[in-house]
Amino acid sequence: MNFPILSSLILLPSIGALFILFTKSSSGKYQSSKYVALFISLANFLLSLYLWYVFDKNSVDFQFVENKEWLSGFINYKVGIDGISILFIILTTFITPICIISVNSTITIRLKDFLIAILIMETFMIGVFCSLDLVVFYLFFEAGLIPMFLIIGIWGGERRVYSAFKFFLYTLLGSVLMLVAIIAIYWITGTTDVEKLYELGIQAKYQNLLWLAFFSSFAVKTPMWPVHTWLPDAHVEAPTVGSVLLAAILLKMAGYGFIRFSLGLFPIASENFTILVYILSLIAIIYTSLVALMQEDMKKLIAYSSVAHMGFVTLGIFTMTQQGIEGSIFQMISHGLVSAALFLSVGVVYERHHTRLINKYGGLVSIMPRYAIVFMVFTLGALGLPGTTGFIGEFLILMGAFEKNILVAMIASLGVILGAAYMLWLFKRVVFGEINNQELKSMKDLKTFEIITLSALVIPILFFGFYPEPLMNSIEASVENTLNMYNFDIINNLASKD
Amino acid sequence: MENFQYILPEIFISISIMLFLLVGVFKKNSANLIYNLSIISLVILLAIIINLSSLDTIYLFNNSYLIDNLSNYMKIILVGSGIFVMLTGSKYIQVINLNKIEYPILILSSILGMMIMISSNDLIVFYMGLELQSLALYVLASFNRDNLLSTESGLKYFVLSALSSGLLLYGCSLTYGFSESTNFDQILINSTEFNYGTTFGIVFILVGLAFKISAVPFHMWAPDVYQGSPTSVTLFFAILPKIAALSVFIKFLYTPFANMNDQWQTIIVFISIASMIFGAVAAIGQKNLKRLIAYSSISHMGYALAGLATVTNQGIQSSIIYISIYLVMNLAFFSCLFMLKRNDKYYENIQDLSGLSKKHPILSFSLLIVLFSLAGIPPLAGFFAKFYIFLAVIEQSMYFLAIVGLLATVIAAFYYLRIIKIIYFDSEKEEYDTSHNLGLKITLAISTLFILAYFIYPSSITKIVSKITMI
Repeated sequence: MNFPILSSLILLPSIGALFILFTKSSSGKYQSSKYVALFISLANFLLSLYLWYVFDKNSVDFQFVENKEWLSGFINYKVGIDGISILFIILTTFITPICIISVNSTITIRLKDFLIAILIMETFMIGVFCSLDLVVFYLFFEAGLIPMFLIIGIWGGERRVYSAFKFFLYTLLGSVLMLVAIIAIYWITGTTDVEKLYELGIQAKYQNLLWLAFFSSFAVKTPMWPVHTWLPDAHVEAPTVGSVLLAAILLKMAGYGFIRFSLGLFPIASENFTILVYILSLIAIIYTSLVALMQEDMKKLIAYSSVAHMGFVTLGIFTMTQQGIEGSIFQMISHGLVSAALFLSVGVVYERHHTRLINKYGGLVSIMPRYAIVFMVFTLGALGLPGTTGFIGEFLILMGAFEKNILVAMIASLGVILGAAYMLWLFKRVVFGEINNQELKSMKDLKTFEIITLSALVIPILFFGFYPEPLMNSIEASVENTLNMYNFDIINNLASKD
Repeated sequence: MENFQYILPEIFISISIMLFLLVGVFKKNSANLIYNLSIISLVILLAIIINLSSLDTIYLFNNSYLIDNLSNYMKIILVGSGIFVMLTGSKYIQVINLNKIEYPILILSSILGMMIMISSNDLIVFYMGLELQSLALYVLASFNRDNLLSTESGLKYFVLSALSSGLLLYGCSLTYGFSESTNFDQILINSTEFNYGTTFGIVFILVGLAFKISAVPFHMWAPDVYQGSPTSVTLFFAILPKIAALSVFIKFLYTPFANMNDQWQTIIVFISIASMIFGAVAAIGQKNLKRLIAYSSISHMGYALAGLATVTNQGIQSSIIYISIYLVMNLAFFSCLFMLKRNDKYYENIQDLSGLSKKHPILSFSLLIVLFSLAGIPPLAGFFAKFYIFLAVIEQSMYFLAIVGLLATVIAAFYYLRIIKIIYFDSEKEEYDTSHNLGLKITLAISTLFILAYFIYPSSITKIVSKITMI
């Protein structure tokens, strides 16, 4: 393969953004820009599907690697994918067109700028998932802050300024320590190339501090308790599309980072800190589920549920078992789809009724039957009903946890029950019951584009819920390889101690 | 006599200054002519320097004058930014009625002084260059003599700068007294053994230089002078003296005092940390953009000094890269500032930017890029500037300096974000003028593109700078 397919995936949205920047729309409504953006993002989606098709699922090596000199002499621009990253890339390219279609209803001002921000964002997100060099990774990881800051700040709700600042400063503070760690790795090993680092390994004495530096960044981004407080604020104030991007993809960067870097580069430290991650994850699962129960704002409830779901993800990753890690990846994909869908669903009613308070709703089933059905599917997906993607993720994670630590698994299982409680209660209060609020009666059922976007999300949630094989196939070899390397390092380290 | 070909740049600019002075005296209303001629002479000067820069290291005049890779590179960015400073400010000084013949001539003479500073290899030559540039700067700061703030800033700068020059001179005399020479190389040879006299000399010299570079705790003049001076002069202050002072810093630390790095390293680390933190914290409450950028430049100088504290070639190079990127970001920022003009009145408060993005999308976008770059967010040029610094700092295992520096960037990010918030999130105000002079537009376009596209080919500067070795 000489064609730089990954670089094209990364660059295509940016080129589209440039194109939109320099086109003027005669009508002033920038409808044409939207079609350009949609076209570009769909093209990117198809390209990523093609990538999945030609991707060799049985190989454990990085594929489609591009390696070019960049910072002369010491850092190369290196991208490549394995079975784990390809799923996240497809998730990104799949969610972006949905976001662009949904822009219709939620964004009324400066549509053109918004589309540019989304496309630039897509570039950075894909970049994060394919970079095979720590510096390149950091570059994409941090650069995503700029468009997201603007998306929250310009198109957000009332307290958007506070939320945008909180989002930006929290994540920046977390990440700068990672930069120190990356540079330190460069001086310790002489390279920041991930593949080479996998081979070389990092001496055990450095691993703990480096792991903590990476952890500070990923924990904020995941977000893990107690640094999760930026997320509810950011979600509530962000426009619907911003929330979708944030929940579906941005949060996954950290989970991906845990697997790729924390486990891959610092296995000994990961082993040392497993208990810490367990405790934080369990607190996240139980505590934020309880907090979610008490929320009156729909978006806030879903935001807290995201924290709880990401708690499952971190728990699964650090069980260091095949099931746990596969389950975590599956859970991330599933959460990407489900939370995106839930935020879009909230956006649907918010746009009609201009409030997100749960008690202002009730009895939507009789006015908006179609909406009630899709919302139900997403609710069930979020609480992990068998037959949806949510179930498979949680089930595998719990399986992995049981293998390692029964107590942890039992506490985590409580989270599943709590999850069911808050989601079903939300559904009951919004969709069932009687219509107390007379203004609700004028609400119209789903429009065509909403049906398109929401059903586009229903299909994969149900399909992969019943038939997870395609996703599992592509991650299996890579996860196994990661685990093998991990166990190899742990055993070596133990042997060297004796 | 044959040596004179190597100082052709200095000779050329001296002659230009004198010639322009004569033209100004004998020809009425020649301010515009001289301004344009000065720009042209700077371009020619740049060409001459670039032409000479291919040569090896050359010592002139009894080893008191040195032309090497460092001085060539610094002179090139000095004169290059001088050209852009004059291009951007041309309309401004006409509008606020400062277009007098003295203005370009003062700028040229201070550039001459800086060039002498950069090339000096002797305490006396160095001091001569320093005073030449300082005297010109005093007048420039108070150039808007009918304005209270401007005269205040000129006087303040004069008093404090004279004080620091005094300290510097005292340090020079101590150094001379204890090392028996004024020549940098000779001082290095003579000061192999530790003695208190030279140590005191180093401290006093560093204090004087830290004042010129406006590093904490010798920064007090910077906010007032930045705010009070005419904006075109502020731009000049923000860039050119810093380039000269930084290169003198490098020269002093790594030529005469190279053996005593255990003496000065702590001082530099302290100054660097103090500047980074103070600059970041103090800028938060500012309302005036020029004052804010003064604090921001204090903080940026802290990062540049952090590179020097490493005592490695890598560190020196990273400082030089930092200052190169810093000057481009400042050029872009001030170009945006020059565009905030409505009915021949310039605006410089942060609130005047409110809602700028609705009427002026391109200007706002440039500001956005510049501010994120100043904050050091990837993938913009400002990130790479900081990246090289931290690369050098961490190589020497100076983790404390690196972590403090990075935390300071997070604090600093807050006030840059605040400006962005005002531009993009706040309600709009009246429209500003949209017609600007060509030089200003070109400068803004070039500098913004540089910042934006730097990541595509980040080795561009590194390759040139990697030739500069001091150790």
